[in-house]
Amino acid sequence: MPLRRITREGTDAVSKAKTKIYKTTAGQLVYGLMAEFSDPAATYHAAEKIRDAGYKKWDVYSPFAIHGIDEAMGMPTSRVPLACGIIGLSGAAVGFLFQWWVKTQGYPTVVQGKPHGAWQPLMPIIFEFGVIFTSFTALLTMLAINKLPRWYHPLLKKERFLKTSDDRFIICIEARDGNFDPEATRLALEHAGGYNVELVEE
Amino acid sequence: MSAIHPDQIMAERLAGTMSAEPRRPMNPETFDGTVIDDPSVRPDLVLGNRSFGEVTNIVCGYTEQKPGSWWLPVFCLTSSIAGLTGLMVLYLAITGVGVWGLNNRVGWAWDITNFVFWIGIGHAGTLISAILCLLKQKWRTSINRAAEAMTIFAVICAATYPGIHVGRMWMAWMMFPIPNANKIWPNFTSPLLWDLFAVSTYGTVSLLFWYMGMIPDFATLRDRAVMRMKRDPNQPPMLPILSVKADQMRAYIYGFLSLGWRFSSRHWQHYEKAYLILAGISTPLVLSVHSIVSFDFATSVLPGWHATIFPPYFVAGAIFGGFAMVLLLMIPARELYPNMKDLITVRHIENMAKITLLTGSMVGFAYAMEFFIAWYSGSDYEKDVFVFSRLMPPFLAETFGFHRHAPYWWAYWAMIFCNVVSPQLYWFKRFRTSAFWVFVVSVLITIGMWFERFVIIVTSLHQAFLPGHWGMFFPTPVDILTFVGTIGVFTTLFLLFLRFLPAFAMSEIKNVLPQASPHHHGHGHGGDAAGGHAPAAHHQGGH
Repeated sequence: MPLRRITREGTDAVSKAKTKIYKTTAGQLVYGLMAEFSDPAATYHAAEKIRDAGYKKWDVYSPFAIHGIDEAMGMPTSRVPLACGIIGLSGAAVGFLFQWWVKTQGYPTVVQGKPHGAWQPLMPIIFEFGVIFTSFTALLTMLAINKLPRWYHPLLKKERFLKTSDDRFIICIEARDGNFDPEATRLALEHAGGYNVELVEE
Repeated sequence: MSAIHPDQIMAERLAGTMSAEPRRPMNPETFDGTVIDDPSVRPDLVLGNRSFGEVTNIVCGYTEQKPGSWWLPVFCLTSSIAGLTGLMVLYLAITGVGVWGLNNRVGWAWDITNFVFWIGIGHAGTLISAILCLLKQKWRTSINRAAEAMTIFAVICAATYPGIHVGRMWMAWMMFPIPNANKIWPNFTSPLLWDLFAVSTYGTVSLLFWYMGMIPDFATLRDRAVMRMKRDPNQPPMLPILSVKADQMRAYIYGFLSLGWRFSSRHWQHYEKAYLILAGISTPLVLSVHSIVSFDFATSVLPGWHATIFPPYFVAGAIFGGFAMVLLLMIPARELYPNMKDLITVRHIENMAKITLLTGSMVGFAYAMEFFIAWYSGSDYEKDVFVFSRLMPPFLAETFGFHRHAPYWWAYWAMIFCNVVSPQLYWFKRFRTSAFWVFVVSVLITIGMWFERFVIIVTSLHQAFLPGHWGMFFPTPVDILTFVGTIGVFTTLFLLFLRFLPAFAMSEIKNVLPQASPHHHGHGHGGDAAGGHAPAAHHQGGH
């Protein structure tokens, strides 16, 4: 795989570390190296090996969430539940304040024998506010953390990669990983049981 | 390589002319091999020993291939019926609610009956997608998508009624708490407003849940369209006048909807967490929605409505009626589409029949308890409503020497027969495993659940307190056609769903296949070989 290696003048915006930039001889930026794995079990064990080899910027692509892959990849816990909890409870608080304001300040009415400041009859709508805030937070934080929607991605240009949505299992190690080296990374992928190692251009 | 080409085996299996070897020897007592009473044996969730690729091909096939010749005529029929609702609503708008059979005594009849009927139907979808998800019931994966779709469509049908029953429907926006020039705010202590919030929250959350579940499957449809376009760039255009190709359209539309999903495990992690949270939050939501719907009645002081049993009774009834509707939709779909029987097995039908039996018995218990409380409360009005508005048929009244009989006794007994008696067939394995009988009972339950709401609403209203006010309610053709029209809306939307959206949650079904486990090491699968999983062969082909 003929590659040229350039050390960038500046620093990586995210990791603040000096990054190496790889280009193909044709001058195309390199996104990474991807390899195919035969089944979920092989992918799972390969992920453990790649994790232990110290790679950080890499990912497993599979048609479904392989059970336990987050541990095999050494991923930190998801922050989605925390966000949902905080925003969901805030939503419930907003629901209470809104109703309380309307019932006592904006349009005070005494009907059905329920007193002005009573919180009990406000409970159903407080609950609905909490639910709606939680659900939108669940979907939107999931998308935000995953940086979606993103309708373009270098990997999506690879026909072999498109088959992950069907029945293929692929691991891709990105060129911006500090440990990335065209030859060593290819060997690491092959050692882990990968085949059809391919270069992915940006 | 065997004598027959693997592609041919694949093609035949997809066409349904040949099925792969079952994973275990089949016992005829287990029907299609899935009805196993021994709890230590886990029956296959997907039949035919399917590979991942086959699941993709089967499910995508429903949207990618032309549907059977039945689809278009049935679609034309149902959409014509759906048009009736449009016409009737137009007639209502230009005339007024007087076109319905309402009168001074019964100011609320088919509109609220149909609303509660439809919103109840939706509950089964959320139960399957949320509660069964939390309970880790893996069999839910092949019915949850369709059931969630059904929920959305039922909520659409239900939401029509509150919008139109207010008479001046262009004022429907006043139901929402929007600041307006009159400085009037809605009454947050009213169960009707709780109902508005509950139903709109329910509709929104169900839509989010449904859409989020479909994101990976949209991506699968997108990738397949892109791959087909790359393989064959000279596809014919969709229509002679339209220069766009079908796969191009698919790639754009499914691609847009998939939000660029690329099956990354780092994404899956957050996705699964978000999915679990939606399931967790939908569980109390689904229980609250029909509870709040029941508050519309239970918080009033009308005999027949004023009952504390209403919330659990309504929730059980909603799930009961909803499962009947899931079965009504899935049993014909299973017959009409090839290979759907591999995904929706006899065990799925049996499980749903069991839930129907359970919830039906809860509903039957609630009917009995209502009578007990009417007697135990010592309230004459309450007793009168139950006996002389609902229960007493003319011949019994004569036998016992009463002067009156219950005018709607036939509605009450239709409800009892359909909801309490007919599901008792499910105690017998023969009936709950037979698609035909399950279909028949589901039709009866759907009728019975409609009558339940009619009985609760109309019989409590038509003769209460002052005999001088007593009168009957009879529907007009407008009432009837509006309701028939919503059945058309519902079936039309469901047909469109089967045709254009991924009808099964592919990524979830793949996850419950035996070979999806990271601890599964058997490579001797017929399915795997047909799917083309031969690492050695790929190894040489790569470079």
